[in-house]
Amino acid sequence: MTITGQENKFEWTRKHLLGLRQLSADELNHIFATAAGFEQISTRSVKKAPPLRGKVVVNLFFEDSTRTRTSFTLAASRLSADIIEFTKKSSSVSKGETLLDTAKNLEAMGIDIAVVRHSAGGAPDFISRNIDACVVNAGDGFCEHPTQALLDIYTILKNRQSMEGLKVAIVGDIAHSRVARSNMWAMTKLGAEVTFVGPPTLMPAQVDKLPVKVSHSLDEVIEKVDVVYMLRVQFERLGGSPFPSVREYSRYYGLTVDRMKKARPDILVMHPGPINRGLEIESEVADGPRSVILQQVKYGLAVRMAVLFLVNQAAVTEKK
Amino acid sequence: MDVILDSQAIEHALDKLAEGIAKDTAEGQDIAVVGVRSRGEVISQRLGQRLGRLLGKEVPVGTLDITLYRDDLNNPQSNAQPQVRTTEIGFDIDGKIIYLVDDVLHTGRSTRAAMDALIDLGRPQAIRLAVLVDRRGREFPIQADYAGKLVEVSEGETVQVRVVEVDGVDEVIVE
Repeated sequence: MTITGQENKFEWTRKHLLGLRQLSADELNHIFATAAGFEQISTRSVKKAPPLRGKVVVNLFFEDSTRTRTSFTLAASRLSADIIEFTKKSSSVSKGETLLDTAKNLEAMGIDIAVVRHSAGGAPDFISRNIDACVVNAGDGFCEHPTQALLDIYTILKNRQSMEGLKVAIVGDIAHSRVARSNMWAMTKLGAEVTFVGPPTLMPAQVDKLPVKVSHSLDEVIEKVDVVYMLRVQFERLGGSPFPSVREYSRYYGLTVDRMKKARPDILVMHPGPINRGLEIESEVADGPRSVILQQVKYGLAVRMAVLFLVNQAAVTEKK
Repeated sequence: MDVILDSQAIEHALDKLAEGIAKDTAEGQDIAVVGVRSRGEVISQRLGQRLGRLLGKEVPVGTLDITLYRDDLNNPQSNAQPQVRTTEIGFDIDGKIIYLVDDVLHTGRSTRAAMDALIDLGRPQAIRLAVLVDRRGREFPIQADYAGKLVEVSEGETVQVRVVEVDGVDEVIVE
């Protein structure tokens, strides 16, 4: 795998990006190679290129999000597309319109790409089967968040060249994490070894059937891994009492300065954001020299530009 | 398939390009060479080295990927899916005379895309076009300032430049 922009003759055929589970290693690598070509747009004097000129992208967010939505908006505008922002609160969804009606109405206006986030797993897939436009999943239920995992892996590749043989720990509320799932599918496909770390109450059902190792001790795992990926404690999703107290969670599963002393000196510390400082990660670690958290945000833009570009290319190719 | 330029003829054409550009470059003039991916990249590196020798100073060389600026990106009739690659220009183009280098000048569409891509990077003092091979078939009002070799080929034929670095051999062929 290289991200140097080498020539390859790969043809991208998916006009929807619904998840990473279905993608091959070649497809993943093609996205990364393409993203490399988009990186420099953000650094030059005119931060815009014309490949989606005249295309309309709609951000169809049925669930709150700031950074993912902003990142997609910026990615689409840097490709010269027009962007419609559609959020649940300000739309007719709050008046009882169905998902399909909303999508059909937007399609009738002539949109080209729909970026969809929904609290129900499978919603982007459902929309993709009912409209002509390209669909990009920006997070669905506890299923997938493909562009987050793509930007995570791209960030690792920028620091480590290859995923082959890398040991990655994903720590925290795995059960409610689409980020953990998308990363698991893609990282293992690229040859990494993934360990889910967290209390038993926050592990998904039938975790033994997934292609990962499972550990309930961050202390044991931290010494061995190349990457530690801290998930956000999502208070808004946690019903009941999955752990006795926030302090106890921090003590066992928080990435503290003390715990970092046991880690390899070249470990990469990652987090999808937004961070609960002092809870899953201490400020000194989040802002420390091993943290690539802001690189994740930066590369997210190039990766999302690549995804928007590729799904549109597949739609063009389809018309041949 | 006919070989119209062998490796010696390519060397000769490159010498001619470099000499022409060097002759037109005033003392102290800030110049740089930018090659269009993919064959233009190799040609631009060789041209940059020659210019460096002739002018007695280092001439910066960069590579431009024009994929995002192509006018057939959203055209279903276009051939293979284009690959986005990196643009690597490690110097400021503002105020410089930029010698835009491509292997073959045919329709002029790539040159149009390359000029648009370049001016998104800054404001050069001038852009001049240098090509290894100039052939008929222009669709845009674009002409080369420097051409290594003018070839007569008919409409349906394609001119292909092959270089050692990519193809293992230096030659220009017509098919």
